Amino acid sequence: MSETYTLYNPTVMDHFINPRNMGDLKDADGVGEVGAAACGDIMKISLRIKDGRIEDARFKTFGCGSAIASSSMATELIKGRTIAEALTFSNEEVVDALGGLPPVKIHCSVLAEEALKAALEDYVKRHPESASSITVAGQALTA
Amino acid sequence: MTRHVFLDHQSATPVYPEVFEVMKPYFTEHFGNASSLHQHGLRVRDALRTARQQIAALIHADSEEEIFFTSDGTESSNLAIKGAAYANERKGKHLVVSATEHPSVMNSVEFLEKQGWTCTRVGVTPSGLLRLKELEAAITPQTVIVAVHHVNHDIGTIQPMKEVGRICAAAGVPLYVDCEASAGWLPVDVKDWGAAMVSFSPHRFYGPKGVGVLYRNKRARIVSILHGGVQEGGRRAGTENIPAIVGGGKAAEMAIGRLTTRGEHTASLQRRLWEGLHSRVSFIKLNGPAPGPDRISTNLNLSTEFIEGEGQLLLCDLSGIAVASGSSCVSKSLKISHVLGAIGLDHALAQGNIIMTLGEGNTAEDIDYVIDSFSGIVTKLRAMSPMWDEFECGVIDSVIAPTGRGKSFSQHAAEVSGKASH
Repeated sequence: MSETYTLYNPTVMDHFINPRNMGDLKDADGVGEVGAAACGDIMKISLRIKDGRIEDARFKTFGCGSAIASSSMATELIKGRTIAEALTFSNEEVVDALGGLPPVKIHCSVLAEEALKAALEDYVKRHPESASSITVAGQALTA
Repeated sequence: MTRHVFLDHQSATPVYPEVFEVMKPYFTEHFGNASSLHQHGLRVRDALRTARQQIAALIHADSEEEIFFTSDGTESSNLAIKGAAYANERKGKHLVVSATEHPSVMNSVEFLEKQGWTCTRVGVTPSGLLRLKELEAAITPQTVIVAVHHVNHDIGTIQPMKEVGRICAAAGVPLYVDCEASAGWLPVDVKDWGAAMVSFSPHRFYGPKGVGVLYRNKRARIVSILHGGVQEGGRRAGTENIPAIVGGGKAAEMAIGRLTTRGEHTASLQRRLWEGLHSRVSFIKLNGPAPGPDRISTNLNLSTEFIEGEGQLLLCDLSGIAVASGSSCVSKSLKISHVLGAIGLDHALAQGNIIMTLGEGNTAEDIDYVIDSFSGIVTKLRAMSPMWDEFECGVIDSVIAPTGRGKSFSQHAAEVSGKASH
C-alpha cells in the first residue's frame, strides 16, 4: 500500500499516537475519574494547582483513539488556566483544537470535560478555603 | 518497510488472479443482460448456468436450479428470513433463531417482529454452542423457519448442524443456515444437514464482492422481497451481476479442491498465534471454543484486559496489521457485539475485544510479527490505562485471573460513570 489512510484527522492521530501529559501526578491537588455510561470508557485527570492556577495536568484513559486524543488535548489546553477559567471549560474547545471528531465520538470530548471538572471538584473539596476566592460568573463557589 | 499482515479475512479476501481472469470478459466483451433473448443474452445465460453448477457443487446441492444469486450475504439472509416468513404466514407467525446470528438475520427478525411476528432467540453456552434442548423446546406448531448459522462470524464457533437438522426435521420446520463464515473454508452439505436454505457470499473465499448466494430446496416456500422483473426464477428481481457471479462460481470451484489445505494451513497458524499471544501477553483470553473441532481454524477472538479494543485496532493498523473488534467504541451504535453479550462475556472484556481472522496468504513469519507487535501495543495501551494502575494497586480485580483483591471492573465503571453520566 502506497498511501496511508487514517480513521481520524492528523491532529487526532498525533494525540493518540504521541499523547501529551500521559501519566499521573505525584501529590496531585485534585484527581477526577469519570466513566462514560454510553460506551464504557474511563478517563482520569490529575491536576497540580498553585495560587489558583493549574500548573500541571496529566491523564490516563481507558478508551478508544479519540478518547485518548481528547484527554491529551484537554490537558494541553487547561495548563496555565485559573480554576475559574477551567470551570467554564467546554468539550467544544477540545473538539475545535483537535480539528473535529466524528459525530459518534463527540462524547469522548465530553468525557474529557467531565474528568477535568471532577478533578477541580476534588481540589475544591480538599481545599475548601479556596472556594470563596474562586468566582465563576461573578459568584463565589461553595465547596 | 512495515510488514503488512491482513488478519481480517472475515470481512474480505483478495480475489484470486484466476477468478479475476474469468470475470474480465464479462465486463467488456460479454456484457449482455441475461434477460435478453439475443446472442448477447444467451451467452451470459450460459455463464450463469455454469456458475450455478459450480456453486451447487460446493454445497452438495442436487441441482443448479436450487441456487439463487443476490447482491450479497445480507440480501440472501433477508430473502431467506422474510421470504419464508411471508410465504408461510398462514401456517403461523413464529420464528426461531440462535442468539448469536449475524445482524442481517437478527435485524430481519426485528423487522418482522414490528410487523406482528414473534421470535424465540435460543441461547448459547459460554463457548457459543447452541443449546439444543432449548432449540427443541422453542419450536411450536406456528414456527415457520429456524435459523441457525453454521459458524459464528465473531467467535468462530461451529454449530452441530447435523443435530440441528435432525431437530428441525423431526419438528417438520424448515432450517435456514447462514454459512457466510464457513463456506469455502469448511465442508457445507445441504443434504447431510437437511437444510431448506443456505446462504453465503464468495467474497469471503477469494471471490468478488457484489454477489451473494441463496440455496433453496425445492420444497421450501419463499416469496420474493425485491419486486421487478422475473429474474432468478422469480425469487429475486433485478439484473444479475454477471461478472461477479462468474467470479463467484470460479471461486467456489477452486475452493472445493482447497478446503483441506486451507483448513490445515490456517489451523497451524491459529495455534501458533494463540499460543504466542497467550505466552507473551498477560491477562488475555480467547473467546469461543478452544482451537479444535468446535472452532473454525481461521478465527481468533481475543479479550485483552484493562485496555480498550479500538486503540488496539488502530495501533495494529499503524503496524501494518489489519484486525477487527467487537468493542463498543468500534461500533457505530456504541454497543458491544451482541455475540459477546450472548456468551455472557464481562463488559470489561468485551471492551478489550479484537478479532483476528486468518487466510491462505498469511505465513508463520507474519504470525510471529503479529505476536511481537501486539505485545508491544498492549504494553503501550496499559501504560495509558487508569484500569491497569488500579488493578496493580488492588483497587479493581482481574476478570481473567482474579486475585481476590479489589472490586470488579464493572462495579468500578458503574461508580465512576454514575458520577457524571451524559
